[in-house]
Amino acid sequence: MIRSKRELTKAVVIVSPSIVLVGVFVYGFILWSLRTSVSAWEGIRPDYTFVGLRNYINLFQSTRFQIDLWNTAYFTVFFIALCIVLGFLLAFLINRDVRGEGVFRTIYLFPMALSFIVTGVVWRWMLNPTFGVNILLANLGLPSDWGWYTDPTRIAGFHVALTSLILAASWQFAGYTMAIYLAGLRSIPHDVIESARMDGASEVLIVRKVILPMLRPITLSAVIVLGHISLKIFDLVMAMTGRGPRFATDFPGVFMFETTFTGNRYGEGAAISIVMLLMVALVIIPYLVHTFRKEDQ
Amino acid sequence: MSSIVQTLKTERGVALQKRLVLYLIMALFAAVFLAPLYVVLATSLKTFQDARLAAMWSLPPQVSFEAFVAAIQRLAPHLRNSFVLVIPATLASAALGSINGYVFSKWRFRGANTIFALMLFGMFIPYQSILIPLVVFLRNIGLYGSLGGLILTHVVYGIPITTLMFRNFYAKIPEELLDAGYMDGLELFGAYRRIIVPLSAPGLVVVVIWQFTSIWNDFLFAVTITQRPGVQPITVALQNLAGSQVIEWNVQMAGALLAALPTLVLYVILGKYFVRGMLAGSVKG
Repeated sequence: MIRSKRELTKAVVIVSPSIVLVGVFVYGFILWSLRTSVSAWEGIRPDYTFVGLRNYINLFQSTRFQIDLWNTAYFTVFFIALCIVLGFLLAFLINRDVRGEGVFRTIYLFPMALSFIVTGVVWRWMLNPTFGVNILLANLGLPSDWGWYTDPTRIAGFHVALTSLILAASWQFAGYTMAIYLAGLRSIPHDVIESARMDGASEVLIVRKVILPMLRPITLSAVIVLGHISLKIFDLVMAMTGRGPRFATDFPGVFMFETTFTGNRYGEGAAISIVMLLMVALVIIPYLVHTFRKEDQ
Repeated sequence: MSSIVQTLKTERGVALQKRLVLYLIMALFAAVFLAPLYVVLATSLKTFQDARLAAMWSLPPQVSFEAFVAAIQRLAPHLRNSFVLVIPATLASAALGSINGYVFSKWRFRGANTIFALMLFGMFIPYQSILIPLVVFLRNIGLYGSLGGLILTHVVYGIPITTLMFRNFYAKIPEELLDAGYMDGLELFGAYRRIIVPLSAPGLVVVVIWQFTSIWNDFLFAVTITQRPGVQPITVALQNLAGSQVIEWNVQMAGALLAALPTLVLYVILGKYFVRGMLAGSVKG
């Protein structure tokens, strides 16, 4: 490494505009949102009169936000679980020297190239209770009177209508988990699995005791990536269901948008956005710290 | 018949059976993944009457392009807006990402890693948490409601991911190559131009595809910043089309296909790079 001091200074100067931009647009704006969230701002005109935690208290007392948090929790758990199970299964199948592997991979992964809006519009049509998948199920002789996203039923805090969103989102992201698991499977040395096989381990045992433990870091990053997507979900909901019957498919992202830009209640909207940020930060910050600690070593 | 049964009983036969089951399962999954695409195609090629019937899963009785004609008529200006937005925003954020990635991978000044980690946090935040200040700021500088404002937004919030991708890509360029360059008297810029840029093509493709796709597919920024129909990109227009009074499913599906086409084509042609971007997106390169 030959680096003169002058050149190093130049390097810092070159990246400083980006650092400043991110500093202002990310950190500065977050502080600004924080300030808005403790202000009385309602209506078009900014009003930064300090009102303490009033907006937050109102928020956590509102039925809608409580429902939103339940919905987020359930959606996140089921969405991640489905993507991981399906993604691993597909990767595992593809990894068995399948002919036409490229074709299968392309098919499983193509939804990742779409926008949530396209996915939402299409799945709303697919799961339309009178036209959609129900007809297909009826033809197959299966139960076919599902209400999908129009179903207002709630079981143990879980809105059945969320199933539709979980299906659509998993359809879009299962290919992602497949791709990262496939990359992971390919990096496991062949002889590790071969020697386990020689020792007479069954396929199931090999998966459980050899493959899955080796893929743990990948599972972790899949959980992080999918988790932060689901915590801020907005587009898909807007395109597919909106807030749904009795907020059955409502989420903080939707609530924030409506409160702020339809209701003009900026203080409350900002409070929702800060809660969302905290939820994401709880997942992301430990991950970033963990990643960079490792890199520094 | 009995000879077939006998063959299947042999070891090779069992292996063959296993293969068959494997392919069957994979084909089944493929069918499930492709089902929405089939519905989109079948519906968009139907007439209004045919699409309204409860015949979603059947092929169109007669192929009609009326839905596509209607969708193109309504969405063409928005497709244009999307291209006007996406092309400069993608190029600008790729350029920024490249120079940043070069510095962060090859010129590790003190605190570089911390700053980089702080930068990365910006790509995970829910954008709702910066949305209100962003609107106020864009209004103050007169860019609210314009494609220019949207371009600026995407360039700025694209810095973390493009920097990350280029940094990981440049990390694979051997230090010796650069050291040789410095020995020959190249400086910071010289080394970038003469050594780094010529080796950048694969990384650039990954970043361009990634940014093109995410900016094209963005909805939150677009719907917040562009209120006037005249400047709205395709995702917002599609959402409006889907929310209109008369639900013309055939036109909606044709519209969805039009909105998806550019990124879908990129994916099918350059899938390898798309996957690389996706893997880089999960932080570790």
